[in-house]
Amino acid sequence: MTTWPILSVTTFLPLVGALIVYLSRGDDEAAKRNSRWIALWTTLITFAVSVILVMRFDPANPDFQFVEKANWLATGITYHMGVDGISLPLVILTTAVMPFCIIASWKAITNRVREYMMAFLILETLMIGTFSALDLVLFYLFFEGGLIPMFLIIGVWGGPRRVYASFKFFLYTLLGSVLMLLAIMALYWNGGTTDIPTLMHTAVPRSLQTWAWLAFFASFAVKMPMWPVHTWLPDAHVEAPTAGSVVLAAILLKMGGYGFLRFSLPMFPLASHDFAPLIFTLSAIAIIYTSLVALMQEDMKKLIAYSSVAHMGFVTMGIFAGTMQGVAGGVFQMISHGIVSGALFLCVGVVYDRLHTREIAAYGGLVNRMPLYALTFMIFTMANVGLPGTSGFVGEFMTLLGTFKVSIPTAFFATFGVILSAGYALWLYRKVVFGALVKPSLASMKDLTFRECLTLFPMIALTILFGVYPKPVLDMSAASVQQLVNNYNTAVTAVKAAALLQ
Amino acid sequence: MSFETAGYQLAPVLPEIVLAIGAMALLMLGAYRGQETTGAVTSLAVVLLVVVGVLEYMLPAGKQVTFGGSFIVDDFARFMKILALIGSAVTLVLSTEFLSDPSRRIFEYAILVLLSTLGMMVLISAGDLISLYLGLELMSLALYVVATSNRDNAKSTEAGLKYFVLGALSSGMLLYGASLIYGFTGTVSFTGIAAAATVSNVGLVFGLVFLLVGLCFKVSAVPFHMWTPDVYEGAPTPVTAFFASAPKVAALAVFTRVTLTAFPGIVSQWQQILVFVAIASMALGSFAAIGQSNIKRLMAYSSIGHMGFALVGLASGTVEGAQGVLMYIVIYVAMTLGSFSIILAMRRNGQAVEQISDFAGLSRTNPLLAFMFAMLLFSLAGIPPLAGFFAKWYVFVAAIKANLFTLAVVGVLTSVVGAYYYLAIVKTMYFDEPAGQVDPVRVEVKTVLAVFGLFNILFALFAGPVVSVASAAAKSLF
Repeated sequence: MTTWPILSVTTFLPLVGALIVYLSRGDDEAAKRNSRWIALWTTLITFAVSVILVMRFDPANPDFQFVEKANWLATGITYHMGVDGISLPLVILTTAVMPFCIIASWKAITNRVREYMMAFLILETLMIGTFSALDLVLFYLFFEGGLIPMFLIIGVWGGPRRVYASFKFFLYTLLGSVLMLLAIMALYWNGGTTDIPTLMHTAVPRSLQTWAWLAFFASFAVKMPMWPVHTWLPDAHVEAPTAGSVVLAAILLKMGGYGFLRFSLPMFPLASHDFAPLIFTLSAIAIIYTSLVALMQEDMKKLIAYSSVAHMGFVTMGIFAGTMQGVAGGVFQMISHGIVSGALFLCVGVVYDRLHTREIAAYGGLVNRMPLYALTFMIFTMANVGLPGTSGFVGEFMTLLGTFKVSIPTAFFATFGVILSAGYALWLYRKVVFGALVKPSLASMKDLTFRECLTLFPMIALTILFGVYPKPVLDMSAASVQQLVNNYNTAVTAVKAAALLQ
Repeated sequence: MSFETAGYQLAPVLPEIVLAIGAMALLMLGAYRGQETTGAVTSLAVVLLVVVGVLEYMLPAGKQVTFGGSFIVDDFARFMKILALIGSAVTLVLSTEFLSDPSRRIFEYAILVLLSTLGMMVLISAGDLISLYLGLELMSLALYVVATSNRDNAKSTEAGLKYFVLGALSSGMLLYGASLIYGFTGTVSFTGIAAAATVSNVGLVFGLVFLLVGLCFKVSAVPFHMWTPDVYEGAPTPVTAFFASAPKVAALAVFTRVTLTAFPGIVSQWQQILVFVAIASMALGSFAAIGQSNIKRLMAYSSIGHMGFALVGLASGTVEGAQGVLMYIVIYVAMTLGSFSIILAMRRNGQAVEQISDFAGLSRTNPLLAFMFAMLLFSLAGIPPLAGFFAKWYVFVAAIKANLFTLAVVGVLTSVVGAYYYLAIVKTMYFDEPAGQVDPVRVEVKTVLAVFGLFNILFALFAGPVVSVASAAAKSLF
């Protein structure tokens, strides 16, 4: 067994790629082609390395693996990396989605290609780092650092209202995160370290738990995003370039859910238990309200953005149910949503590249010209609805099942979301794909190119594979989720027992 | 009786002596050889500052006190002095272009910077109220003159005059406070005051307030900040860079030393003042900067805000707080010098441009400059993984430990407001259409920018050693 720091290599490979892109100077077509190819190869190699992580990962071990530790800041703040069953799927999701983002930008981005590719590669490093950091300060570094490239991606390569959207995205997220930063400091003084595995076993006083939970909640709720702090998301999605939307939906949103799983539940179990009704309420509102809002949208990307908020509602609900099914379903739903929503944004990108509008009303009857596209879009629409046989079903079903054991009203209301999502998704599909092809601008639409098939078909395969056989993801996370749920329930029962004795 | 009796050694002040003699020698050189020597005097002044810095570094470790306790050399003083020397030397390097203009061949410029730096060193090492005042005045008087060094420019002279009048007022208040403190404790030495000031009495607190007013003026903390935007805007850009770096180091150093070593017995008295001043500075620095269109004026408000953040560390009154101040000031100086080297680099057709709109589309006309500036701005906003984040981390972590939760929450919230105007500049550079080509950047500006720009971006990699040095320096105060 070799001992090379495989996790750090996965994390920082994209950064090396960004440096190489930077060094390949020039502004002509050849230079643009070079930076595209370098970026693609970097993401592919990163993915290949991350596959080694999967192969060497021991799913039976609930603790952190591939752990690396080095001195960093003098006082209890170290460079500490590692993954467990909860973070590894997200790392793989990141490395797997990135090549598709690069391919999707191949033709769509024509100006400042070099900077674009660098921004994406740096973003990839920061995203992988977020999921594999085992030190709070290091985590915050990666978590917040991601704002910079994403701000530039939306602002430089975005749509007409890109400035507004990028500012809103940046400031909204920053506002939530700085409060978390203060909570991190409080935890540092409480435990004397910012080492995550140590802090997971450090008792936190009840009052500090409440405040720290709220501070972390401020950050993750914005990132997730949960109702009512979701308003940055539709703007950011609509204005971002296609690949930017894909990254945003597939990976950045998962940081919120990951944060809840990694910090809120294990470090503040009592506060999590106390605030679970709040989360349930917000999740149920998010699921129903944003689904209704989605029904009213005229912009395709906005509709999918609102549906993302609704689907993330299932994740938060499942996580805070604190049951095995709920948490495992939350993890699965994050992965599934990462694939499905990413693919949906790619689908929007396909027609946007041809017609340069995202207005639903501008389309109709695409099935006549683009049968292959119609089929692809259909599969992802169904996955978004949560049709059995697609990955979307498994996640929603498991989170609902997990929540049902804890809070029947929440599960009851959340189920409406499933119906409503069928409403808006099918409505979108009918408007765009079915009907007669009457609009003259659509008459010359071409079906999927080879490059587009290359991005969409693997996602179809994964959606259906995980729909009928979700075991790979569930097995990978099972041991870690089990340990998380056990610790959580032990902490909560201990307090309840103590309260009864008094 | 030899002069070198116990308590009056000259060895600890060797760097200051070298600096004083060197400054006078350069003054002679300039006075006898005339204005043609400007370039030579400036270069020699830089060399002199480097030599003094090396001497300071080579002083024996540990705490040394001389002149009967009025001059202290400890790790803290060494740390701050070397930082101030770096600030002065770099601004002299950045001034080369300004001084090369035939109408502005003033060799006195470098001499004044040297004398001001000497004042800073005395100030940083001050062990009693007398040497504090001597250092402060030597520093300030030289600064007043430097501010007007662009003699034919009405704004520059106005800036100098304004600075002088308000500075004189604040010196007066500081002196008044010092005399009250002397009257109520019977001593001027910090250790003596600390021994006497264990319980607060009205007279002492009165003196303390006036003393803090004078110091707040020097670090340009709200509500004594009014001079800052005008002086920053009016003074020539290299001078502004100087004002924003070295004197701030010295003033913050003496602020820290006075509060922590002279008044440790009445922490609660000055803590509430500092909490107010810090909150007011952070808030004004963030909100008032939003409407600015001149980049130098914006940097003035930004520096007001940053001083507020540094005072957050000091307000906690602990060793962690002192460490936070040290970390903050190191990173602040690096960010400021980097930013000003970019402002100096912004020239079109030989003319310096200072409006924020002049930065439009810089990412396309000069991508490297734009990238460096964007990173510095993100760093000023405190976004990780850049240096500015670590600065904020260390001051706020101290505030949290001292249970100053309101201060910390207000502080981070204003930093979000502050992020808005830094972002607005990034937006101008990256999202807007280019406003035209910029001139090729001079090599010395490029070098300074490269050094501080890389320091800023790569800080996370070598943060460990900096933290341990700052920690040792902070401990030497207690």
